[in-house]
Amino acid sequence: MTLLTIRDLSKRFGGVQAVDNVSLSIQPGEIYGLIGPNGAGKTTCFNLITGLYRADSGHFALNDTPYSPRNVEKVTRAGIARTFQNVRLFNEMSVLENVMVGRHVRTHNGLWAALSRHRRARQEEAQTRELAWHWLEFTGIAPFAHYRACDLAYGHQRRLEIARALATEPLLLALDEPAAGMNAAEKVALGELLQRIRNSGKTLLMIEHDVKLVMGICDRLTVLDNGKVIASGSPQSVRSDGNVIAAWLGGHKHG
Amino acid sequence: MTTSLLHTAAPSSRRLHAGLALFIIAVIIAPMVAGSVGGNYWVRIIDLALLYIMLALGLNIVVGFTGLLDMGFIAFYAVGAYLAALLASPHLLSAYPLLQVWLPEGLHTSYWLIVPAAALLSALCGILLGAPTLKLRGDYLAIVTLGFGEIIRILMRNLDRPINITNGAKGISGVDTLSLFGVKFSGVQHLFGLKIPSLWLWYYLLVLMIVLIIAICLRLQHSRVGRAWHAIREDEDVARAMGIHVRNYKLLAFAMGASFGGVAGALFAAFQGFVSPESFTLQESIAVLAMVVLGGMGHIPGVILGAVLLTGLPELLRSQAVPVQQALFGSVLIDPEILRQLFYGLALVLVMLLRPAGLWPARHTEVKV
Repeated sequence: MTLLTIRDLSKRFGGVQAVDNVSLSIQPGEIYGLIGPNGAGKTTCFNLITGLYRADSGHFALNDTPYSPRNVEKVTRAGIARTFQNVRLFNEMSVLENVMVGRHVRTHNGLWAALSRHRRARQEEAQTRELAWHWLEFTGIAPFAHYRACDLAYGHQRRLEIARALATEPLLLALDEPAAGMNAAEKVALGELLQRIRNSGKTLLMIEHDVKLVMGICDRLTVLDNGKVIASGSPQSVRSDGNVIAAWLGGHKHG
Repeated sequence: MTTSLLHTAAPSSRRLHAGLALFIIAVIIAPMVAGSVGGNYWVRIIDLALLYIMLALGLNIVVGFTGLLDMGFIAFYAVGAYLAALLASPHLLSAYPLLQVWLPEGLHTSYWLIVPAAALLSALCGILLGAPTLKLRGDYLAIVTLGFGEIIRILMRNLDRPINITNGAKGISGVDTLSLFGVKFSGVQHLFGLKIPSLWLWYYLLVLMIVLIIAICLRLQHSRVGRAWHAIREDEDVARAMGIHVRNYKLLAFAMGASFGGVAGALFAAFQGFVSPESFTLQESIAVLAMVVLGGMGHIPGVILGAVLLTGLPELLRSQAVPVQQALFGSVLIDPEILRQLFYGLALVLVMLLRPAGLWPARHTEVKV
């Protein structure tokens, strides 16, 4: 069984073939890395998977059932939660509320529930709060639960984004450059958190520039260059791949 | 911006209760005090201020909670007011005498029916306005809603030809006065052996309505729905990525806000006994928006403060500007109306410069770790 399968994914922007026949498959319970030089098509790939762009061609399967990331709301409901390259939180809301918003897609309270606060509505609200606390504790930011999101330190904002995504109960947690802008110590802590998330049974897909982090925690990788897959496999095999070395160390216009 | 979580219970609960009790007493005796100090004129002003509070609370759902800049909110007030005027005045029967065959006693629809109908119809108009504007943000949304407000006003003004529905610029007069449980809200009523001016009755009724609206707003705010609205206000794209159905929640905000406006409008028609397009100008929309922004967007006590200040202060100015100027300069140098507009603009500019989040914004207190 594979969690997410992508077959022959392509996307063109004007004259640029941003993603060119990319295929990959992510197994349940692994951390999968998507790396490549700038302009390789990682983020486009990511946005295709999360429904922000529509693919020109290609097939997706989530949990072995065909899946078409048509719009962003449905992608989250189907079980893919994402974080953003530049942190995007609900700034004026509290940290706890940010995570509670993450529960939105798994809860049902509507207008009548809000107004009447009947028993089931109260139960659901209590459960939302409880689970939000759970994810705050899991990501280590529970002490700041009542801060405004924008008042958090940068590293904690990143964690909050992950907590909010986890609250949607995703099958696949997709992280867009989670270590961007972090210092070395924060990166180590992030690596530990991501491994803890995997050990709790989740599957992760991450785009990342930091080669050390990616090589350290990813179970498998796909390397993109110019929109094409140039290598995929375990970090060890990718590291020694001739194409990858050429793409990174020059001999290539994008290098 | 505001949540129960971010509020601290800083004052001890006993002080809070004492304060609340004082506030309730003040609210109860306010019309008596105002009536004995300034006469019925001031009670009337307070009643109008209460109507504006209802409007501001409705607009707050759209602008404050959901972050949709609506510059045509008064249109929903107009819809409610005209609905009441049409269903409870002699206008339709005098325009179409044929109807008298079916309605020999005239058209006097009960307000128990009119008020919910006004809420529903306004909510529907809210959705009609919301649907085409879903993709618009910020200034663009403001312009479209502004246009919508003007369209409603111009419709009311011109729907007297070819068939006379709204009686055009002349407006509709003779709207039935409110009567609840056999008590008429006009003249002086004898209740429990007391003589109570109808303006007081209106006051208490409107306060009750506002309490109800506040309860609804608070419950909405601290719910899954309220969080979804806040999320949309903070970042629409991310809200969508969280699985929030942005379209539905925006429409819900428009509908909820509009329904409060419609109820206020129906009560306004009954209160005045007369409606005309001149009550629903762009300036009124801007005034209600200013109450929300000046008071503190999204913060219910702030919005109420804004509404009280922006209806109360101009009236104070209107009544005091002439005597004060005569005492100071011996003559009236500046017309009170001009002075009013001057101060209005000045107040807005000052608030935006000094307190951009409003006079009474939601408090954010951080919990010490």
